[in-house]
Amino acid sequence: MTGWLDALIQGVLLGGLYALFAAGLSLIFGVMRLVNLAHGDLIVLAAFAVLVVAGKLGLDPFVAVLIALPILFVIGFALQYVLLNRTLGRDLLPPPLLVTFGLSIIIQNGLLQIFSADSQRLRSGAIETASVSLGGGIAVGVVPLLTLLSAISVIVLLNLIFYRTPIGRAFRATSDDLEVAQLMGIDIRRIFALAMGLAFVVITIAALYLGLRANFDPTIGPARLLYAFEAVIIGGLGSFWGTLAGGIVLGLAQTIGAHIDPEWQILAGHLAFLVVLVLRPRGLFPRAQD
Amino acid sequence: MMDHAAAKPTQEFRLETAGRSPRAAAVAAIVILLALVLLPVVVGRNLIQDLIFLFYMLALAQCWNLLAGYAGLISVGQQAFVGLGGYLLFALTLLGGINPLLAIPIAGVVSALFALPTALIVFRLRGAYFAIGTWVVAEVYRLVFAQFKPLGGGTGTSLTPSVTSSVPGIEWVKTLLDLRTPAARDIISYWAALALMAATLAFVYGVLRSRRGLALGAIRDHEAAAAGLGVDIYRIKLAVYVATAAMTGMIGALIYLQKARISPDAAFSVLDWTAYVMFIVVIGGIGTMEGPIIGAIIFYLMQRYFADFGASYLVLLGALGILVMLFAPRGIWGLVSERHGLTLFPTRRRLIIHAQDSKRS
Amino acid sequence: MPLLETRKLTAFYGDFQALYGIDASLDAGETIAIIGANGAGKSTFLKAIAGLVPGSADSVLLDGTPIGARPASDIVKLGIALVPEGRRLFPSLTVEENLLIGGHGRKAPGPWTLDRVYSLFPILRERRSSAPPTLSGGQQQMAAIGRALMSNPRVLLCDEISLGLAPIIIADIYAALPQIKAEGTSVVLVEQDIVQAMKVADRVYCFQEGRLSLSGRPRELTREQIHRAYFGS
Repeated sequence: MTGWLDALIQGVLLGGLYALFAAGLSLIFGVMRLVNLAHGDLIVLAAFAVLVVAGKLGLDPFVAVLIALPILFVIGFALQYVLLNRTLGRDLLPPPLLVTFGLSIIIQNGLLQIFSADSQRLRSGAIETASVSLGGGIAVGVVPLLTLLSAISVIVLLNLIFYRTPIGRAFRATSDDLEVAQLMGIDIRRIFALAMGLAFVVITIAALYLGLRANFDPTIGPARLLYAFEAVIIGGLGSFWGTLAGGIVLGLAQTIGAHIDPEWQILAGHLAFLVVLVLRPRGLFPRAQD
Repeated sequence: MMDHAAAKPTQEFRLETAGRSPRAAAVAAIVILLALVLLPVVVGRNLIQDLIFLFYMLALAQCWNLLAGYAGLISVGQQAFVGLGGYLLFALTLLGGINPLLAIPIAGVVSALFALPTALIVFRLRGAYFAIGTWVVAEVYRLVFAQFKPLGGGTGTSLTPSVTSSVPGIEWVKTLLDLRTPAARDIISYWAALALMAATLAFVYGVLRSRRGLALGAIRDHEAAAAGLGVDIYRIKLAVYVATAAMTGMIGALIYLQKARISPDAAFSVLDWTAYVMFIVVIGGIGTMEGPIIGAIIFYLMQRYFADFGASYLVLLGALGILVMLFAPRGIWGLVSERHGLTLFPTRRRLIIHAQDSKRS
Repeated sequence: MPLLETRKLTAFYGDFQALYGIDASLDAGETIAIIGANGAGKSTFLKAIAGLVPGSADSVLLDGTPIGARPASDIVKLGIALVPEGRRLFPSLTVEENLLIGGHGRKAPGPWTLDRVYSLFPILRERRSSAPPTLSGGQQQMAAIGRALMSNPRVLLCDEISLGLAPIIIADIYAALPQIKAEGTSVVLVEQDIVQAMKVADRVYCFQEGRLSLSGRPRELTREQIHRAYFGS
């Protein structure tokens, strides 16, 4: 029994990480209907950024990430403004899908060229192995718990931004109707760039926990993209809380699969996604309209 | 008395698919094909192997182009069928004792059978989500085959010499050209690849010139309008998806017959069977048949001279792809054909109107 | 000098030409009605002024300044607001949020605040927290007009505000027009309802197949003239 209980708890905690991966993707798609195939590679890129900042300044990753956040916000803003904005809007433009796929190849191989294929890890000392007791003889790792709590905080924050601020209003309006949003005086290119910058902040937070929990190297990006995507679809488009739920469902599917046979972990996740897609194509918690 | 009513002209309409120089192009195609068939007599083994690579990449590109450029289904998961075809070939020959060349078309049929339920699932997604969905499916195929111990599981397996030497025609080539078995086998593979490439081109061309092709062209140009005109989008897309899966499966079978060694990571590689293919189509010109041909040749040359630079080379490919997409979205063929109005594979329809005066009795 | 002027305004949707060189003007404080059959180009005309359809710089002049090439998000900041055809409220925003976002592009202060809009259309205050799809057609139209007013426009462009509404509701909405004019806003109305249009307009333009077929004061135009201009000969 404890094996199964353990799998459940680990699944929920893993779900926190996947929800972090997915939140950025969900945000970008929500505002600009863009699916960024380089999303996973950007998480890896951010992890390397934190690694470099931590290494060069001799800082703990938790501090390094605070420095990396504004840097990555600017990178995201610039990427959208200069490159990705050219792919959105009217029909004759190149599909963002192909451009972001190209970006994915560039990032992966650029990182390979600079950092080699060696496995890396974000080191934070004692906290990595610390655990906290939840009572009843059950203990969970501090880092996984922090991951889940951070995921929840990020989603609370995103909801706050989207539903209680003027900029969030602009995000939602742009997402609803691009043309009429312009009639309100909203500068679409700037809004998109802001949204991407915000997404990069979320990506960086996800990267912190990615790097703390496990080894990473330049090639693991695409797999993270798939997990993020699956979490978004399982949860249902249009809701950040849905994305959290989707992440947890995916995490649970993986850990339960792993409990049956460790080699089945990833496959179990994919199969759970396909099942949801067949039975509930709009996801488990889709938004009311569209 | 004057009769003014009879003077109105009537009009006669005719639909024409021919391009400006179709006959010349057809003759040229036959000549080129013949030359390619006879090539092994005069060239060395290295070039033969290079051409095999060129042919199957071109065939894959034509398939991907049909899917993405015409049916609007941008798939990032065609590697599923390349790997499936490869594994089917290995299964049919190693486990089933079937002749390798025969296994190729069988692999195509089975791939089509797998494609049907796959499509029913992924067609629930649209646009970019469809693309990632196809990628997930390919990953599922990869993970499942990695568990399949009879074919080597995660590390893969090789074709046995008894299989590789049972490819028909090897003895004939050996005596004809005085070669040893591996070289002769390459030549048979070369002819098979040439046949498959030509068949793919012929199939795509045939589809596009047919009535279904007219519908595809309409979908390519403006999907919403096509739907409004009664084109059954879903059925057509399904048919195209299954057909390209079959062709891709056959190509995969051929690829792995030639390589004689398979593993899940190689057979289901996104880079080899999707990224490179995408690059070929984008650089050459998406939505045209001529584009992938140009793209494949360029890609082959780049692979030949720059692939040794490893990761930097891939950065270059990615950057080149993005630049072309941003600044020459119709690819190199697009630039050329716009300037000179060329078409090698005429598939566009023209409406010819003849105005006639009606006769007065 | 007219407040708003178009000179040889043309508009294309891809290869299709929707407007063939429209010369029109609006003086400050005026109310202009634009009538014409479906597809005549009336909506396109408003969209071109609002910056949603690309054009050359000199084709639209505001206070003599060329604005024809400016994007839509600039135009509203210059003081021209469009109430789009079909209302097109943002479904993810509440009624109040829709009004507030209307003020996003506002540069200078002016008479139209949230309170002022609520006193113009009291039903909106009641339904301020509702989602737009739950509102009736008439209420949605009021919200759309209110949203446009929140930018304190000098020129209000209204595209078919009577579309799909019952006559009594239309009358309600048009009853608000005098208050809008009293605050100094000039109004351009594209209308299918010719009777309503003629009642409130100082001048009328009639479009036919992308061209101006008639212009004049409502009182001076005969039914035959209008009929011919509307439908062609």
